[in-house]
Amino acid sequence: MASPVPNPAPLPARDTGMSRLAMGAVAVGALVFAVLPLLLPTYQVSILTEVLIFAVLAMAVDILAGYTGRTPLCHGAIFGVSTYVVVYWTAHMGGSPYVGAGVGILAATGVAAIFALLAIRTSGVYFLLLTLALGMIVWGVCLRWTSVTGGENGLRGAVRPSALADGFSFYYAVFVAVAVVAFLMWRFVRSPFGLTLRGIRDSESRMRSLGYNVPAHLFLAFTVSGFFAGIAGALYAMFNDFVSPSTVGLSQSVEGLLMAITGGVGTLFGAFIGSFAIIGLENLVSLYTERWQSVLGAMFVLIMIFAPEGILGRIRRFVAQRRR
Amino acid sequence: MDRRTFLKSSAALAAVGTVAMPYVARAQASGPIKIGVMAPLTGVVAAGGREMVDGFNMYWEERGFQSGGRKVEIVVEDDASNPDTALQKARRLVEQANVDMLFGNLLANTGLAVANYVKGNGTPYFIPIIAADDLTQRNRIKNVIRVAGYTASQFPRPLADWCLKQGYRKVATISQDYTFGHEQCGGFCQTFTEGGGKVLGQFWHPLNTSDFSPYLGQLANLGADVIFCMETGADAARLMQQYASFGLKGQIPLVGAMNVTDQSVIRTMGDEVEGVVVAAHFAEGSDNPRTKEFVAAYGKKFSKLPSLYGFSMYSGAMWIDEALKPLNGATADREAFLASVMKTDLVNSPLGTTVKLDAFGNPIYDVAIRKVVKNADGKYWNVPIASYPQVSQFWKYDPETYMKQPPYSREFQGIKKS
Repeated sequence: MASPVPNPAPLPARDTGMSRLAMGAVAVGALVFAVLPLLLPTYQVSILTEVLIFAVLAMAVDILAGYTGRTPLCHGAIFGVSTYVVVYWTAHMGGSPYVGAGVGILAATGVAAIFALLAIRTSGVYFLLLTLALGMIVWGVCLRWTSVTGGENGLRGAVRPSALADGFSFYYAVFVAVAVVAFLMWRFVRSPFGLTLRGIRDSESRMRSLGYNVPAHLFLAFTVSGFFAGIAGALYAMFNDFVSPSTVGLSQSVEGLLMAITGGVGTLFGAFIGSFAIIGLENLVSLYTERWQSVLGAMFVLIMIFAPEGILGRIRRFVAQRRR
Repeated sequence: MDRRTFLKSSAALAAVGTVAMPYVARAQASGPIKIGVMAPLTGVVAAGGREMVDGFNMYWEERGFQSGGRKVEIVVEDDASNPDTALQKARRLVEQANVDMLFGNLLANTGLAVANYVKGNGTPYFIPIIAADDLTQRNRIKNVIRVAGYTASQFPRPLADWCLKQGYRKVATISQDYTFGHEQCGGFCQTFTEGGGKVLGQFWHPLNTSDFSPYLGQLANLGADVIFCMETGADAARLMQQYASFGLKGQIPLVGAMNVTDQSVIRTMGDEVEGVVVAAHFAEGSDNPRTKEFVAAYGKKFSKLPSLYGFSMYSGAMWIDEALKPLNGATADREAFLASVMKTDLVNSPLGTTVKLDAFGNPIYDVAIRKVVKNADGKYWNVPIASYPQVSQFWKYDPETYMKQPPYSREFQGIKKS
């Protein structure tokens, strides 16, 4: 069954480490994210914070879509569960935001594990639809369980730790957290376990006949991916001090997936480019026209035609061709 | 640095430069008064959002974009009917455009998100449309003031009293299942049952219900004297249409929350809307000379009767304008500005009556019980048939005692057990 997402970019030959070129690119990228806030006014810093947070969500999606060959449409919901729990914990139960973040990530991981049990039996379009339905259940619960979730109006409160109250220090806290998380994810997809996932993506039947426990691998991959989405959700709770059903909605899941696709499915760090491109464009285009959604739509169409492997995937291919 | 990384980094820097560019020119302190207006120009309630901006601009055009001797500059942002977007746009307006105050939003969830944000930084935020009860009650924020707005449960109370006076004793309610609906129904049910009425049944349906027949069938058989409905937008239109085609119109009187017969709903509708009674502060069919003047001016400009959205933003703008006059347009001292808003009385608004704010930043209105009738041009509009003077958001209760009861929800409707 064909995957609904374009084929992942071909991986470089030396796969165990990182080429010097790639390492240089990562260093430059990290440097850009580290230095930019010093040059930008506060509003752009908040946009950059959002870029980093959503890059984590997109990387979590990429673990499944790019490395496991299962495209999920429920990661917005998993992300949002964490956001809800963190806001509820701090604003309504008066708990510490740090403990709240832990509880939120735990809750997201739990939800991901339950989803995984149901979803790993399927693949391709069926996986897509099943995860879509699971995500919609979370959305429905958040919308209707008014006494806990605040229904349509959502939950509010001061979630962000007071030490990080100003946008600038919060940005660097997020920067450090995201750097650690990105490194962990990179290690994860390069680990033997991650290589097995790629094997499953390329040929499930072969991996099974080689003696790998495919369902267990899928279950773990899904849960780990949910864990990372939960981290992004917890950061988002501190960023926004607010959560409503739109945070767990389908559009959130789609946005995460689109960021992963735009950056390049199966490139992991392409998520940063995708997140930067989408959030940046949203903010830039909406300055000039209220039809910004049409502009974004047109951009996706163009990307699908001219760079179906995503921006980073396209760059990689370009470099590979030049080398030949 | 090799060629690729150079390309990559210079592309990134160029992108950042473009993003940052529109903001390079910052406002000076002595420049114009900057007002950030947020309205849903896309998304589910875009039509209402457009009328909000129209009403707001109409006021400032009449005044030549001047207030207290300073020029007024309006920055409009689309909140996309989405609380996350609203929050982002509020950030941009405050941190980037350096506005002196925020205005607007339509959906309660967008308003609550923005209110939570300005709670932290003290930017004055005015909400002529957001009706969520607690913003001017249990969770009041000092810099959030409901100029020319109302709380959801404020107007259904006089309507309930009026219903009791008509001899209705048994009511059934049908409402959209979200906080705005719970609050309006709660206001009605509490006053109705405390005055000796009975609630026979309550129906809650999801937003965007296309088929009301399951509800209407049950409503018809409850034996109610009157039916109270709380609907907005397309749901309101569909409910009234299906109420008529079910043959209930003329059988059981239909009363409702004011959104049901707002011009934004009934403008395009026919005979099925006739005779529906609601309570509101504004009635476009009133014969008050100020109201007539406003309706005529609005009609001349936009070729339609004004809705709640146009009226509220127009009057909200007027309120701020009046408050800025004694300050000579000085907005820098927020304390003084907010205090001036709180003690300003709205005199010349399209309502034609004087409106004051209560101690919680919510206006006290002379509420009109209004009925939909056909006017001389063959269009349906709302005409006042009774009036309740000086209705505050707390009705006849003591604010302290009132706020001890829980906020209205599906579970708590304030129904008095008899």
